[in-house]
Amino acid sequence: MAFGPHLLLAALEGLVTSAVLALMALGLSLVFGVMRVVNVAHGEFFMLGAVLAWWASSLVTGHPALGFLLALVVSPLVVGAIALLAERLVLRRLDYNPEATIVATIGLLYIIQQLALTFYGPDARPVQAPFSYRVLFPWFGYSGYKLSIIAVSALLLTATWFVLTRTRLGLVMRATQYDREIAQAFGIPVGKVYAGVFALGAMLAALAAVLIVPISQAHYLMGLDPLLLSFIVVIIGGLGSLRGTVVAAVLIGLSDGIISAFFQPTLAKIIATLLVALVLVFRPTGLFGTAVR
Amino acid sequence: MSDKRIVALHAGVILLLFLLQFVLPDYHHGVLARVMVLAVFAMGYNILFGYAGLLSLGHAMFFSAGLYGAGLPLYHLDWGTAAAFTSGIAAGAALALVIGLLALRTTGVAFMIVTMMFAQVLYLTTFYFGSWTRGDEGLVLPQQQRVLSLGTMHFDLTDPTVRYFTALLLFSIVLLALLMVVRAPIGRVLVAIRENEERTRMLGYDTFANKLIAVVVSGGVCAAAGATYALLFGYVGATFASVQYSILPLLWVLLGGAATTLGPLVGTLFMYYVVDITSGFTTAWLLVVGVALILLVLFFPKGILGTMREKWLPWLP
Repeated sequence: MAFGPHLLLAALEGLVTSAVLALMALGLSLVFGVMRVVNVAHGEFFMLGAVLAWWASSLVTGHPALGFLLALVVSPLVVGAIALLAERLVLRRLDYNPEATIVATIGLLYIIQQLALTFYGPDARPVQAPFSYRVLFPWFGYSGYKLSIIAVSALLLTATWFVLTRTRLGLVMRATQYDREIAQAFGIPVGKVYAGVFALGAMLAALAAVLIVPISQAHYLMGLDPLLLSFIVVIIGGLGSLRGTVVAAVLIGLSDGIISAFFQPTLAKIIATLLVALVLVFRPTGLFGTAVR
Repeated sequence: MSDKRIVALHAGVILLLFLLQFVLPDYHHGVLARVMVLAVFAMGYNILFGYAGLLSLGHAMFFSAGLYGAGLPLYHLDWGTAAAFTSGIAAGAALALVIGLLALRTTGVAFMIVTMMFAQVLYLTTFYFGSWTRGDEGLVLPQQQRVLSLGTMHFDLTDPTVRYFTALLLFSIVLLALLMVVRAPIGRVLVAIRENEERTRMLGYDTFANKLIAVVVSGGVCAAAGATYALLFGYVGATFASVQYSILPLLWVLLGGAATTLGPLVGTLFMYYVVDITSGFTTAWLLVVGVALILLVLFFPKGILGTMREKWLPWLP
């Protein structure tokens, strides 16, 4: 393949990564922005979403789209419920103390991972894509499903943006993010907002997982890499900034796709991680963020 | 008065560990040697987390800097054990200095994420140089290289008695040194920084320099544990650089009691046996670690010795 088409292919792969990453990082960013909680278990919610997608789609026989649609509904709901439970039972009792919640979510990470290993097993299992249409470019054919991931992700991101900026619910969330105590004084049920945001964040991760699982298979250790990547995205984009998160996800996804198409992946990861750590050191608010209040 | 009690307590612990080697059955003898080395790792972590109040999620990098800093020259260049041990500590302290200079520019959540990322970089680096480190598979140091020569005397570090004694020696030196450090002015300043950094700065202390010292000492002690681990147990692998080994010292210190000198030993010993015993019934030991972390942070945030200090023994250092 010539350089041009090769680059196009790498860019498309990168965009698919970006699309999934943006959803997942948005969840992490919302939880951090509103609750000031760094959710280390976010990657495990992603993994759980993928594993549940496999389980849901294996319940249905017949056309693969039926199983996939069922997974798309069931998986985020179950993951959201688990996140809600964790929030009520653990995080709330810690009064959202940043260090204590990190330790607690690390604990949650291990628990979810071990339960997945015990009940789901160490194998990677595929979920069939809902359709297998191929888009034909002049140089190569490309999976139509992958292109649809980009579209669906864009749709979900727009919907989240709409909810955050144009609805009463979003107003309540932004008020809580801006100043927890004043929000409470104005009668906003801050506790409920926190619970809702934590569940919403987990559901976004689960959705991202359901979308990716027809391409990459469900495995109990699949959570760590996306977690680190989402951290990177959230940091580069500025903690708690939606626009920044999306821009950074596209940036990271594209460069990841292109770099790993042309260079050795381990070296690419080393350089990327180091760069991000240095960004955080020298520009703690990220490239688009404003100072943390 | 309290000084005597403190000295007696620490001397007693060391004496007890010394005597235990004569009564313990083989298996527990080996476990205790390992636990003492890992407790040194936890003590190094405790300096930064317990005393200076900086939560790092990347201490595996200092442990593995010691591990590789000692293991690689020994394996590839055939350095002696003493030189390898020194190079391990030097590698860890140098890394800690660089990481400290960078990471200490951030605070709170950003500090945790930055340290975690630097540790991840080191973890990936061990894979990148796979031709020397053999990545996940790791290196097994051959027995004939693991001999400590002092003058005309030769100690075989693979011998259980020598191994136990070396681990005890390292543990005792680090324990007593840390006891002195935390009771010295620098230790008090670190606690002051943990409690209120702004006010400490206003009192005229250079908080950045003090925190940097804490990072370097902490990194050096963790590296000493890593180097000793490589020499005593003869295995150098990338597992020790993974995120898990950054979390474990946090767990051990939290369990034993942050900012207590003996807490790391208690926590490491307790957790080692909890995992050891539960893995007899189930392979789900990660579940045990996870549940322990959550229960600790929910109901027992001060740990075993921290709670004892609060309730009964206010003099406990």
